[in-house]
Amino acid sequence: MAHSTESVPLVRAMYHDDDVLISAVKQIRAAGFKISEVYTPFPVHGLDKAMGLKESRIALAAFMYGVIGLTVAVTLTWYMMVSDWPQNIGGKPNINWAMNMPAFVPILFEMTVFFAAHLMVWTYLVINGLYPGADAKNPDPRTTDDYFMVELPAAKGLIETLQKSGAVEIAEA
Amino acid sequence: MFVFTSKMKLLAGSLTLVGLVFLLIGFNTDYSSHADSGDHGAVAQGHAEEAHAVEAHADEAHAVEAHAAEAHATETHAAEAHATEAHAAEAHAAEAHADEAHATEVHAAEAHASDHGHDLSANRPWAAFLVNSIFFLGIGIGTLFFLAIQYAAQVGWSVGLLRVFEAVSMFVGIPILGILFLIATGGMHMHHLWHWMAEGIMDPASPNYDSLIAGKEAYLNVPFFALRTLAYLVIWAGAAYLLRRNSLREDALPQGQNMFFTQRKLAATFIVLYAVTSSTSAWDWVMSVDPHWFSTLFGWYTFAGMFVTAMTVLNLLVMYLRLNNHLPWINENHQHDLSKFMFAFSVFWTYLWFSQYMLIWYSNIPEEVTYYLPRFKGEYKPLFVAMVAMNFLLPILVLMSRDAKRIFGFIGLASVFVLAGHWIDHYIMIMPGAVGYSFGFGFAELGGILFYSGLFLWVTLSQLAKVPLRLKNHPMLTESERFQQ
Repeated sequence: MAHSTESVPLVRAMYHDDDVLISAVKQIRAAGFKISEVYTPFPVHGLDKAMGLKESRIALAAFMYGVIGLTVAVTLTWYMMVSDWPQNIGGKPNINWAMNMPAFVPILFEMTVFFAAHLMVWTYLVINGLYPGADAKNPDPRTTDDYFMVELPAAKGLIETLQKSGAVEIAEA
Repeated sequence: MFVFTSKMKLLAGSLTLVGLVFLLIGFNTDYSSHADSGDHGAVAQGHAEEAHAVEAHADEAHAVEAHAAEAHATETHAAEAHATEAHAAEAHAAEAHADEAHATEVHAAEAHASDHGHDLSANRPWAAFLVNSIFFLGIGIGTLFFLAIQYAAQVGWSVGLLRVFEAVSMFVGIPILGILFLIATGGMHMHHLWHWMAEGIMDPASPNYDSLIAGKEAYLNVPFFALRTLAYLVIWAGAAYLLRRNSLREDALPQGQNMFFTQRKLAATFIVLYAVTSSTSAWDWVMSVDPHWFSTLFGWYTFAGMFVTAMTVLNLLVMYLRLNNHLPWINENHQHDLSKFMFAFSVFWTYLWFSQYMLIWYSNIPEEVTYYLPRFKGEYKPLFVAMVAMNFLLPILVLMSRDAKRIFGFIGLASVFVLAGHWIDHYIMIMPGAVGYSFGFGFAELGGILFYSGLFLWVTLSQLAKVPLRLKNHPMLTESERFQQ
């Protein structure tokens, strides 16, 4: 398990509702405890803000991937259709790239989207260690069904806070 | 509760009045006197020959300038000049007086100039009024469509904003009344903004006869045209009124789903009707300005422009109300969603614009491609290119990041581009067919903008002030208030 090497024992609190989870996360943080991870069966809106997570920079990456895709598409169409083997298709101008540009717009668009989407997915998987064959990291399979789990290092007074926040189950690992 | 302050009343009222005065000045201006661009050839409409005329006009214009004396003769017939005709006129420069040149022109290519010998520049104030009617209609109908979607799809996030949507959609009838005014005056031959309304155009015996247009008589005739416009008025304004009325009734009823399903049925019915009328209205009011030309995409293209205009105005209005603390239950997440619509539909508009353009550019069929000749090769080119940049590139770059969709400054900046861009888009849809190259920006154009802006402010703000901005009993109100992403 990923956290087994840590010296501080972990506390795992289970919740049964996403709204309760969000208010619990807020209470736990307000009480001064640090949350190490939350496992949910589906993306919970507003959880990132409640946990105080850093803003993701995937958007910037996506923009750059899109620009790369656009560049590749321009080079591709220019090399294939204008430079290497100029082709006369429907009498459209093939003297230079710009004159024939409208015909290439679908390619430019598709390649931009393709690069942005695929590279973004791969970036996401690599950053999160979700390569094929990786071990599952959720400590309790119920978090893939209908339970929400907050995982945090044990500390004084934590259990009381968790109980008050509406946890249905608290376990120390 | 929102109050329509006397200051805002003064602003809206004076905008309307100043606009009206400008419109009157615009309608009483003689545009033919300074239609200096007239000698550049008619807007090509039906024939390949005309295409050559437009392409050749640059060289031709120089030649004409060189011979000042001839130039006068040519300029008088400016609007219909063909390449062939222009050469002929030059050759007979000394004795080139009106009738002769006219005869030459008629025989020159037997092409149809836009108005069969009438000076198109007289259409300009009418065309400008149509541009503004369509542009402002877009705000109302786009919002009404959006409002209907909220009910039909049982949307939760926007419930706190429904009163704003309702107030804006109540504006939808007024620009249609403006269009009805244009139809009435066109039917009385005060202008031939819609070229197919010209006298004798459907009559084989008339010198104005145009067999292509006559073939469309079953659809393009004034009574049916006026009837369709009336039908749009009834359906659209009726839907806006009913959705508003039911929403107000809901406030008085006990909490629950009393109006929820009634509203959903009403909204769904309207959407089905609008699916048809959005296309046909665009054909009627805008596409029939170029009656030889047709595009199956045209309805969606017009709709996309209208919808993004509406989203932009809503975004600005909600921003204004939030800044003045009238919508404390609305947060930046709601604003973000409106910005997303603005962003997404800018892309959607570009997609449709390009789909229409690329197919016509690629197939290069004379009857289709003539539409783009004045727009891409003629004098409209700078406007056309600027319009695409303003409607696509600038909003994309300004609104792409997540934070920009929540920051007032960025939304405002993008709104300026989108609103101006779509105004120019409507301008370029209508002007080349209606006035040829005698276009410009003067009292008629500005007056229409001010006139409709004033009316829009008056209707929207007075509707906003009538009832509390917060719905009382909508079942999804709580969901909207807790909305976050």
